[in-house]
Amino acid sequence: MVDAVTPPSTLDAAGFAAAIRADRGGKAFLTVLVVAIMVVPALNLLVPGGSALHLSSYTVTLLGKYMTYAMLAMAVDLVWGYCGILSLGHGAFFALGGYAIGMYLMRQIGTRGVYGDPVLPDFMVFLNWKELPWFWHGFESFPFAAAMVFLAPGVLALVFGFLAFRSRVSGVYLSIMTQALTYALMLAFFRNDMGFGGNNGFTDFKDILGFSLQAPSTRMVLFLGTALSLGGSYLLCRYIIASRAGRVIQAVRDAESRARFLGYRVESYKLWMFVLSALLAGLAGALYVPQIGIINPSEFSPASSIEIVIWVAIGGRGTLYGAVVGAFLVNYAKTYFTAALPSMWLYALGALFVLVTLFLPSGVVGLIGEWRRHAGRQPKGL
Amino acid sequence: MARQSGRSRSSKPAPAGLDAARGYALYLEDITVSFDGFRALNALTLYVGVGELRCIIGPNGAGKTTMMDVITGKTRPDSGSAWFGQSIDLLQLTEPEIAQAGIGRKFQKPTVFEKHTVFDNLELAMTGNKKVWTSLFARILPTQIERIEEVLTRIGLLDQRLALAGTLSHGQKQWLEIGMLLMQDPQVLLVDEPVAGMTPQEIERTAELLISLAGRHSVVVVEHDMAFVRSIARKVTVLHEGSVLAEGSIDDVQKHPKVIEVYLGV
Repeated sequence: MVDAVTPPSTLDAAGFAAAIRADRGGKAFLTVLVVAIMVVPALNLLVPGGSALHLSSYTVTLLGKYMTYAMLAMAVDLVWGYCGILSLGHGAFFALGGYAIGMYLMRQIGTRGVYGDPVLPDFMVFLNWKELPWFWHGFESFPFAAAMVFLAPGVLALVFGFLAFRSRVSGVYLSIMTQALTYALMLAFFRNDMGFGGNNGFTDFKDILGFSLQAPSTRMVLFLGTALSLGGSYLLCRYIIASRAGRVIQAVRDAESRARFLGYRVESYKLWMFVLSALLAGLAGALYVPQIGIINPSEFSPASSIEIVIWVAIGGRGTLYGAVVGAFLVNYAKTYFTAALPSMWLYALGALFVLVTLFLPSGVVGLIGEWRRHAGRQPKGL
Repeated sequence: MARQSGRSRSSKPAPAGLDAARGYALYLEDITVSFDGFRALNALTLYVGVGELRCIIGPNGAGKTTMMDVITGKTRPDSGSAWFGQSIDLLQLTEPEIAQAGIGRKFQKPTVFEKHTVFDNLELAMTGNKKVWTSLFARILPTQIERIEEVLTRIGLLDQRLALAGTLSHGQKQWLEIGMLLMQDPQVLLVDEPVAGMTPQEIERTAELLISLAGRHSVVVVEHDMAFVRSIARKVTVLHEGSVLAEGSIDDVQKHPKVIEVYLGV
């Protein structure tokens, strides 16, 4: 799980380059990502529709969705794998980012809605509302909405984390509180009079920044934006983990009171990692909604947050790229199973989780590492 | 808590600023701590001199660990005062602030960062700004590497510097933990049962290490192993039911009638 013994170097540009070079799984992941960025647009836009090599917009969107899930899983791995904070409520940050961009997309619909109201989204007209609630103002502007994508989950994580870590809530109690947090938000967002579309949430989006969301080119740009965000998030997280601050948070995970007696403000380290993780989750949510075309309160459900943790566990926690692998594997399996054997999916997910916990404590990437080590013992070797 | 975080910005007690004008590093006066009616410490008064090597002994439940908890800010006493030098009131500081001020604590069970290398353990223990933002961009300086290597030599782990701390033997972990305290350059070192579970050779090495530290640091050792106490101690304090029963050289306290009474068989 822990990368091989790192030489005593601390972070400057050269130190970070060395950390990246030593990170084999990460290099493999980034390579695949770069290849995807080059190949997917070519296969989708340049190869004609009838060809066997053509990649449909449906597939592109599906890949984009998986990548947003991968970002979300990475955010969870940052706090769970490295800080030891098991958050069972990260779906809430993801959903808040999604709702923030969703509000912008709703305002963009304008007169093209079913009721044709230039200002009010359809669900408000339906509820007989006469004017826009105060918190909807500003969302007609993309920069404002983009800021809220980070602010909403960031502030929630800051307040929640401040209260929880200051009171030294940890372990299973913290996990339960994060569940309660996302559950409370789900109940709130289900209410029509909250002004977020109730149980239907937001859908029927038309365009983003003036470009139609149905156009293959827009979908491609969203896909590329997601891929770049995923790669950028990975590098950011990797930098933090390799920095002294990253070693401090792992020290906190392994021996919290020792870190405290060494003079580290353990609460601050946990808080800032938690906030950063929430920001990444919010960004992932904001990239998810325009590609999928819908956001509703089910994203806040406690079960979806638990699912994220399962992705990370299956992929291998504490590696960052393991979270990506887990998110892709489980969600691909979900896409496949829910089409082929819909009733079996939850059983399959449960079984997968139990098996991985019992037999692969460091996940799929841990298994690959194990194979590598076995191969390394052969005379051919590394 | 709000009170504490507000103050941390303004006050930055530096070890160099320790005012030990009267020759004492630690003053504990009339400290009383009760847990659910049980008096763990009962008007405990104790002074530790600068550079002194002091052993604290006493039967289980005598209040040894609670005393350390009070000094390091983990437990707040019901009454009494605790001063570090003449000017630092320990009861007003949080645990990290006390650590920063120059009091290092070694736990009974060795606690090192097992998933980090020996070198990294020492680097993380190094004095300096420990705020999140600073450590995000921190770089290690050549002088700091030298300092780490100096400590590695003292604790005898130079060859294991790149090993993961989790792979060290029990004794080596104890020394690493002492090394981590040394990296903070503390005025006072609190050492809780350093030789529990050690081999005789390891005990001997630990005794040498602790003796070599006295003089430069005040060292307070809590220990059960009387042979070990005899081998290092100049002055011994016997705790019993939360207060000092006797104080003096090891021979004096062993002859003390009250000590014989409560500590039969020593």
